[in-house]
Amino acid sequence: MSQQTAEHKSEWPLWEVFIRSKAGLDHKHAGSLHAADAQMAIENARDVYTRRMEGVSIWVVESKYIHTSDPDESASMYEPANDKIYRHPTFYNLPDELKHM
Amino acid sequence: MTVHSFEEHFEEKLDKDIAIEPRDWMPDTYRKTLIRQISQHAHSEIVGMLPEGNWITRAPSLRRKAVLLAKVQDEAGHGLYLYSAAETLGVSRDELYDQLHSGKAKYSSIFNYPTLTWADMGAIGWLVDGAAIMNQVPLCRTSYGPYARAMVRVCKEESFHQRQGFEIMLTLSNGTEVQKKMAQDALNRWWWPSIMMFGPPDAESPNTEMSVRWKIKRFTNDELRQKFIDVTVEQTKILGLEVPDKDLKWNEERGHYDFGAIDWAEFWNVVKGNGPCNKERLETRKKAWEEGEWVREAAAAYAEKRKKKAGEQQAA
Amino acid sequence: MIESNQLVNKATSQLSYTLQIADNALIMGHRLSEWCGHGPILEQDIALTNIALDHLGQARSLYQYAAEQFNALPAAEKEKFFVSPALQSIIATGKAMDEDDMAYLRDGWDFRNVLLVEQPNKDWAYTVVRSLCYDAFNFFFYTALQKSNDETLAAIAEKSLKEVTYHLRWSSEWAIRLGDGTEESNKRIKEAVTDRWQYTGELYTMNATDKAMQEAGIGTNLDDIKAKWQERINAVMSEAGLDIPSTGWMQHGGKEGRHTEHLGYILAELQFMQRAYPNMEW
Repeated sequence: MSQQTAEHKSEWPLWEVFIRSKAGLDHKHAGSLHAADAQMAIENARDVYTRRMEGVSIWVVESKYIHTSDPDESASMYEPANDKIYRHPTFYNLPDELKHM
Repeated sequence: MTVHSFEEHFEEKLDKDIAIEPRDWMPDTYRKTLIRQISQHAHSEIVGMLPEGNWITRAPSLRRKAVLLAKVQDEAGHGLYLYSAAETLGVSRDELYDQLHSGKAKYSSIFNYPTLTWADMGAIGWLVDGAAIMNQVPLCRTSYGPYARAMVRVCKEESFHQRQGFEIMLTLSNGTEVQKKMAQDALNRWWWPSIMMFGPPDAESPNTEMSVRWKIKRFTNDELRQKFIDVTVEQTKILGLEVPDKDLKWNEERGHYDFGAIDWAEFWNVVKGNGPCNKERLETRKKAWEEGEWVREAAAAYAEKRKKKAGEQQAA
Repeated sequence: MIESNQLVNKATSQLSYTLQIADNALIMGHRLSEWCGHGPILEQDIALTNIALDHLGQARSLYQYAAEQFNALPAAEKEKFFVSPALQSIIATGKAMDEDDMAYLRDGWDFRNVLLVEQPNKDWAYTVVRSLCYDAFNFFFYTALQKSNDETLAAIAEKSLKEVTYHLRWSSEWAIRLGDGTEESNKRIKEAVTDRWQYTGELYTMNATDKAMQEAGIGTNLDDIKAKWQERINAVMSEAGLDIPSTGWMQHGGKEGRHTEHLGYILAELQFMQRAYPNMEW
């Protein structure tokens, strides 16, 4: 994420914004913005990211607190799941007559 | 992995249309090209607020005023989304502002033209936003994930911009003689600068080839320009206005409109800073930024104080 | 006859009252919209424009209602009600008035907004102070107006209150930030409070229209609002570390159409198109 250099010391920190578009749904990443504190970040998120009725709830977190998985390790992280297709319901062959399952 | 295999992996992703994400390895020039393109785009959005912002206080009806205000506000939002996308590449918004304010970074030359009458609000929405949308829609599939996502949001919001512009033009051209004249005058002044918005011809565009290969750009300048002209000329007919190009003619064989020579000398002149409003636009942005400094500092200082206080309370 | 006179009086007071609220909203929105593209940071540029749009939306609802009331007045009353010749000429044609006629064709002496809202933006501190004083008033005013027995005004109040609640939060937080921020921000907001304080008294001073409307169960009692306003402002100022100026002279006149010089320039800009190109559709 962006570094604060000496001449930009008053630059407000960067925040990531997550928005719940309607009750019952997950918060989803909407984008980022700058704000001086958490309260302002929520309000800025309201003004920037919900102008068209996009949300009913907002989460904000300072970008520097987000930890990301290493893309270089994606092979070991994610590929092992590829051959475990027995975790999916379609893996199982069952007769068509079977209902409610 | 060696640099070589990093590069192969990167190229493979591009070939398969897999988005590049912030923490993925990317060639340095790819990063630099992206920062340049995204920040230019962001600067264009916020400098672009000024010519239309001029008319917010003078809009001729309350409905038009609300629409214009919402539209100019959207442009601020678009600038913000784009700066955020650039920030994922390791450059801060303040650094990008410095580049804009020092004249190092460019923005779309179209905003260096003045808005002289109300009809300019119509012409800008219709032509300038129209051209921008044509440029931007392909960018929703650009190879860099954060940029593409920002563009999806931008394009969704832009769709009303062009429609409101055309509506202004339509109202004027269905209005009184003087309103029609106002509309034609705006079309005359904005037509060529809009055509130039697609950038120099492909043969003279140094960045196009690389950008297309990297899927940062998906169509060339000339392809998009032709598409824009074909679409817009038809729309002009609905308005009953005249395109200010005496060489404009439908070419049956090509299936496109032929159009007159573009005055590239003017284009480069405006790019170099000699447009009617270059100085003014930049000064306005600088002034807003400089006069806002104490405000930003105050909010930062206040946040710091509160954090300290909360820390002390917790400790106690 | 007496009864019908009373009805007419009530109708014109009600119209004046609606215009007082509408003009406040329009002029406040106009001032805030001047910030669009010039804010201290993008996020706040967007925030302030949202607020400007809220005010403009309120103004439109209120002008639409005012136009409706005006169109229902007896002909003789219509001619008396406004001074502005542009409106007189529309009345002469018998055409119905609309929201734009109300906003674009009256001169200053027909405008009933308080002096506070027409004061220039000057800087962020002056803008925040003007907003805080007006938002705090608006918050309690619309809260009370929800109980108006004029159903249209009550409905507009209910909708507007949600917006104003957010405005007040915004301006209160900024006042506190500036007051308790840096030395410079503290100095600037102190100066703004001192300079603008003289325009706050008019907000809660009842004029003849306010009194008539309160008696009719349409308007609100501004004496109640004064107390609540002072309490809220005191709380914010104290958190911001700012002193309330010792109450000196308060300026009045806006509600009666006697404005500061600033309104003339606002109208010159606001109304330019309609004045230069009269009787056209835009």
